[in-house]
Amino acid sequence: MGVWQSYRLRLQRKRWLLRAWRKRRELRPVTDRTGKIKPGDILLFSTMRNEQIRLPYFLQYYRDMGVNHFLLVDNDSTDGSYDYLADQPDVSLWHTRHSYKRARFGVDWLNWLQTRHAHGHWSLVVDPDEFLIYPFCDTRPLRALTDWLDASSIKSFSAMLLDMYPKGPLDAQPYQAGQDPMEIANWFDAGNYSISRNKRFGNLWIQGGPRSRVFFPDKPEKAPALNKIPLVKWDRRYAYVSSTHMLLPRGLNLVYDEWGGEKASGVLLHAKFLDTFSVKAAEELSRKQHYAASVEYKAYAENLKSNPDLWCKWSEKYINWRQLEILGLMSKGNWA
Amino acid sequence: MTVGIVMLVHTALGRAEQVARHWSASGCPVVIHVDRSVPKKTYTAFVESLSDLPRVRFSKRHRCEWGTWGIVAASQAASELMLAEFADVRHVYLASGSCLPLRPVQELIDYLAARPRTDFIESATTADVPWTVGGLDQERFTLRFPFSWKRHRFLFDSFVKLQRRLGLKRKMPNGLVPHMGSQWWCLTRQTLSAILQDPERATYDRFFKRVWIPDESYFQSLARLYSSQIESRSLTLSKFDFQGKPHIFYDDHLQLLRRSDCFVARKIWPHANRLYEVFLTDAAGAMKRTEPNPGKIDRIFAKAVDRRTRGRAGLYMQSRFPNEGWENGVTSGPYSVFEGFSDLFEDFESWLTKATGARVHGHLFAPDRVEFAGGYSVMNGGLSDSAKLRDYNPRSFLCNLIWNTRGERQCFQFGPADTQAISWQIAKDPNAQISVISGAWAVPLFRSNRNFADIRKDAALLQKVESDHLDILRSPYVKARVRIWTMAEFIEAPMEPLQTILDEIGNRGLRRLSEVPKMADLEGFGQFLQNLKNQGMHPYLMGDFPVARDIQPPTQSSRKPYLVR
Repeated sequence: MGVWQSYRLRLQRKRWLLRAWRKRRELRPVTDRTGKIKPGDILLFSTMRNEQIRLPYFLQYYRDMGVNHFLLVDNDSTDGSYDYLADQPDVSLWHTRHSYKRARFGVDWLNWLQTRHAHGHWSLVVDPDEFLIYPFCDTRPLRALTDWLDASSIKSFSAMLLDMYPKGPLDAQPYQAGQDPMEIANWFDAGNYSISRNKRFGNLWIQGGPRSRVFFPDKPEKAPALNKIPLVKWDRRYAYVSSTHMLLPRGLNLVYDEWGGEKASGVLLHAKFLDTFSVKAAEELSRKQHYAASVEYKAYAENLKSNPDLWCKWSEKYINWRQLEILGLMSKGNWA
Repeated sequence: MTVGIVMLVHTALGRAEQVARHWSASGCPVVIHVDRSVPKKTYTAFVESLSDLPRVRFSKRHRCEWGTWGIVAASQAASELMLAEFADVRHVYLASGSCLPLRPVQELIDYLAARPRTDFIESATTADVPWTVGGLDQERFTLRFPFSWKRHRFLFDSFVKLQRRLGLKRKMPNGLVPHMGSQWWCLTRQTLSAILQDPERATYDRFFKRVWIPDESYFQSLARLYSSQIESRSLTLSKFDFQGKPHIFYDDHLQLLRRSDCFVARKIWPHANRLYEVFLTDAAGAMKRTEPNPGKIDRIFAKAVDRRTRGRAGLYMQSRFPNEGWENGVTSGPYSVFEGFSDLFEDFESWLTKATGARVHGHLFAPDRVEFAGGYSVMNGGLSDSAKLRDYNPRSFLCNLIWNTRGERQCFQFGPADTQAISWQIAKDPNAQISVISGAWAVPLFRSNRNFADIRKDAALLQKVESDHLDILRSPYVKARVRIWTMAEFIEAPMEPLQTILDEIGNRGLRRLSEVPKMADLEGFGQFLQNLKNQGMHPYLMGDFPVARDIQPPTQSSRKPYLVR
């Protein structure tokens, strides 16, 4: 890569940081408990809207994993999640009525909060329907992973988005608050992911899974990206560029090995496809606040009317991380 | 007589305290060296916490940065204190704060008492071991390393380069032979004191101060001078990854560590509560003995290194995306590509399935849809039959298919009417077995009921595409097993090539072919080709078909010989 291009990427990074700084005024602190953050704490960042039903399990899942503090942005929820979150002892909450889209789908808000609070911490950025799985997550807490990454001088950890879906129509099994969503949506596509390299940012571009198979068989290029780098040893100079798909500086995107070896990686189980989905899709379609003019939600709306079963004969039933490792969706890499 | 423990500590002081108490409880004197970068307050609190133990001492503090002299200086100071303070010590065991005794301490004491003259120190000449990471082996000793590798990498590298360019070299003092090995040793009082009280020690120290990673070579080289009996292995179980940093043990390694035959393991994750709980008990409370099986530990960590450096062949995923040429197997297993066979034979696919037991697909790269075996619309792993999805990334499509069906051989048809984007990939893949009957695409045209002008147009196009494809298959970059016959050649003796291909697939034992696929009726094919020629389109890929070859001469029934009885 030439000097010119790296200079341009540097400018771009500064631009995102500046933009995040501008957007800070859109956030109004509701409960700011960030004073409780201790050095070395693992932090979780998320933006959400009307996710009340998912929150109890979400918070519990990551508390058990070893996340010490949650820094959340509530994008004008109307379902009571605001009050619920304000009461949680380890949650710092910000509120905003501004446009999710114009904050680049929340990235600007979180970039700002991370610059402000995550410097020197391991920081995990996930949506309320994403559940991190990493090697040995059944026997080792998240701190074991971050300590190992520190010892190996690794700054970013990749976890691909794995879409989970139930067998049968989406609304057949209603989800209850506090329930493990993977009890319902416990199927996934094991091996239909297409990967290519993004030369500009150095990251991989992964598409595929049930969303490609069912919603985008004729427009594969429009299918959502599944590559994610949610866990980063944050520095105030870093910035997410587009969702958590890629970061700047671009060295952080090099989470894959190019010489034949495997680096350690995890998976984000994406429990989007529950009975709550159709309501959500309808709402998002009218709000038009999602990526690429909500093309994703348009495709969903069309398909959901006719045949809402994502399950097929070759769907794989989720068991544990070792299964995902064997299938080649994630890797232990060098960690044993 | 007992064992003295020298502990080098820099983090997780709470765990170090626990371990020191454990050693102490079995009567071993302990000398602790705390890194100077530990804050004064923390240090004082740590000393205070161990003040109730009579046989624990603290040595002069040095700054211990990885790869520098500080660690040796720390071991020297602590060892000197140990030898001076505790006269009953016969062996000195060097351990770190993250080491954990795996077996009851008394066993270690007994073991060493039975070998009073033996020094346990891993020590190998640099020329003979491939341990070093980063390409510096002999040069560790011949160059100077005044800059920190961790903090000033650029200076470190440039200074190495500069010395290489200038041809600067240092000589080992007094003809010492450089040896290297694990920095965790257990030496006898005799050997250790000989090293520490050597009149030439100042010379050696001055030399090793500028050696890179002297803690892996100082005692290892000098022990060779004085020891009467060296056992070149470390009593500490320590596994290293491909970058030379130690693997860390967690709670889930408990069963593995129980089966180790080593006395001490490092390094242990400070939060591995269960490990500390289980191993830091008195002999009575210790778990029941299990048969040692250290091989299992070796295997697990060797596999981790292998996975990180070579990975799983044919796997493309979020954390493994090899550059071209570094795949260690473009795909995960062998597969076969048949070109022209299903045109020439009427029931080729079902015949091949029967003959080999492999999964036989149709034209996977057909332009309208993916022709999976059995006409399925979804295949293993959720691969869709959408041609658009496939063509979006044909490379991923094929690699995924082969990966998803590991353990089952895949065969598919290919031809000039298919999407050609995959040509180069299969040609360069050593796992591909490509068999081509060139020109066989003309058979379906010949048998079709279409206007001749259209046929002529299609034939010209197909011939052009196949000819380009054959050029690829004949290029010098090809790694696949390629066989090409012209159609004329092939129908002369079809059984022989078929047998060769099947033998190579080799699923069903080495049985001769009993059933033969049914060849399409080719009567009039020669004339068909001649017609194409007459219209100015010369089909050449199928070889020579004489116009009248397939017209057999009429056989007359021979008359019975007339015999007189």
